[in-house]
Amino acid sequence: MLFIAQTALELGFMYALVSMALYLSYRVLDIADLSTDGTFVLGMAVSVSLAAAGHPILAIPAAMAAGACAGFVTAFLQTKLGVPSILAGIVTNTGLYTINLMAMGWSSNVNLLKQETIFTKFRALNEFGGWYEFVLAALITVAAGAVLIWFLKTRLGLSIRATGDNRDMVKASSVNPVLTVTVGLCVSNALTGLAGAVVGQMQKSADINSGTGIVVIGLACLIIGETVVGKGSGLRGVLAVILGSVIYRFLYAMILKTSIVPIECLKLVTAVIVGLAIAAPALKAYFSLQKRKIAASRKKGGK
Amino acid sequence: MLYLEHVSKTFNPGTVNEKKALTDLSLHLAPGDFVTIVGSNGAGKSTLFNAVAGNFYVDEGSIRLDGRDITYMQEYKRSRNIGRLFQDPLKGTAPHMTIEENLSLAYLRSSRGHAPFSRISKKDRELFKEKLSLLDMGLEDRMSQPVGLLSGGQRQALTLLMATIVPPRLLLLDEHTAALDPAAAEKVLKLTEEIVGEHKITCMMVTHNMHQALSVGNRTLMMEGGSIVLDISGPERESMTVRELIGRFRAGTGKDLDNDRILLS
Repeated sequence: MLFIAQTALELGFMYALVSMALYLSYRVLDIADLSTDGTFVLGMAVSVSLAAAGHPILAIPAAMAAGACAGFVTAFLQTKLGVPSILAGIVTNTGLYTINLMAMGWSSNVNLLKQETIFTKFRALNEFGGWYEFVLAALITVAAGAVLIWFLKTRLGLSIRATGDNRDMVKASSVNPVLTVTVGLCVSNALTGLAGAVVGQMQKSADINSGTGIVVIGLACLIIGETVVGKGSGLRGVLAVILGSVIYRFLYAMILKTSIVPIECLKLVTAVIVGLAIAAPALKAYFSLQKRKIAASRKKGGK
Repeated sequence: MLYLEHVSKTFNPGTVNEKKALTDLSLHLAPGDFVTIVGSNGAGKSTLFNAVAGNFYVDEGSIRLDGRDITYMQEYKRSRNIGRLFQDPLKGTAPHMTIEENLSLAYLRSSRGHAPFSRISKKDRELFKEKLSLLDMGLEDRMSQPVGLLSGGQRQALTLLMATIVPPRLLLLDEHTAALDPAAAEKVLKLTEEIVGEHKITCMMVTHNMHQALSVGNRTLMMEGGSIVLDISGPERESMTVRELIGRFRAGTGKDLDNDRILLS
């Protein structure tokens, strides 16, 4: 049981970075960035390849920079070339498949055998016993969250938030929406890259298909977290993604352990949860209208 | 101050929906001018504002502001010098951000995009508080509340403050009181006159209220079919009555004013 909790916490904190990225793109900027799957693998590929070459620490900023580049491409497509934002993400995602293969030396997976990772280096400090993986993952995620909270309060961060909130207003108040969308997507994809980088070094491998469905899982975690913590900007948003991600991983571990839901069905279950959660306001409106209609027809019938 | 020379704009050229929105329009504003603009629907009033603000580029002609040619300048760059208020009070503010954050965005204009990582300082906060208290709406005590909670009148007053917190060279008011209830409309108009007067901002205001058109500001334009058909100021304007203004419109265009709102107000 403790082992399950530990794994869930580790994975929860690591994958919270993906949800954090989606919080920035989907919630703050109001752009559904579907390049997330590809960017996650890109971060993983860059990180593991560099770790294999003996640079596990350098691998982390490199993966983030690679992610930011992917974000730049998506942003460029939608701001300058007029590609609809969802399509821009899909186009980038498709292109990234080849880039990711290239980053892994044209092979579909890379494994770290004896090479050092940030986790083995951290274990060597001998401070946290068996919890070193969790501590490091938590440190990275909390640090990223703190930087994000700080960033959203700066002038540039405010401009990015306003771009997602009211684009008309932004143009009329001397902020360049092209710049804010670009910076926002670069930061968001850098976070996704960071997630891939950390996960890759933790599991000591990178696989070309390991990003499939990550965007939906990330959204699920975001929505679970917002249900618990409530929607909000800055601190609340970051707390929501971390908590949501940990809860999701706990549920995942429970399902694995107890086999209530066959593990093959988990992606479908996740998709249904996300679909329902995003549909919730529309469903609520529909049912309340039906209720009123029924009430009205009863009244008439009673006369 | 503001020079428009032979400006023309046609929307959807070459299609059945072709619309000549501005036709060879020339206009010159002196510094400190407060111009009111009237005209029926589709006369080109909003198009004129959009052309000046940079919502689109004009097909022909040139626009100069303060000696600088801004004909092909991008919208967000022009907005450093041009403040804008729309009829819809929801358009000018970000609803999920706090009053303080909205003001801080508007205040960016002063720093010209430098220091992108600076935060709202104590000094900024004091300035915002002081400016908000001038609105006399109690907003200075609600600075950390989201703007979405405010009423239309409060939001429009806040937008006015945002547009003028760094006094712009030119202020464009597109029927900015038309969607408000009468009391709020009066209040916002009064604030407008105060702020514009205090900073001597050059200002253009579209209105459908003929009385307002003659009583506010120092010059009145009337538009029809994408051009200016009447331009009065000075003693001629002072002695003009609403009835005469409507008469002049009929004489100038050979048409009756088609807008109920104009006739009723």
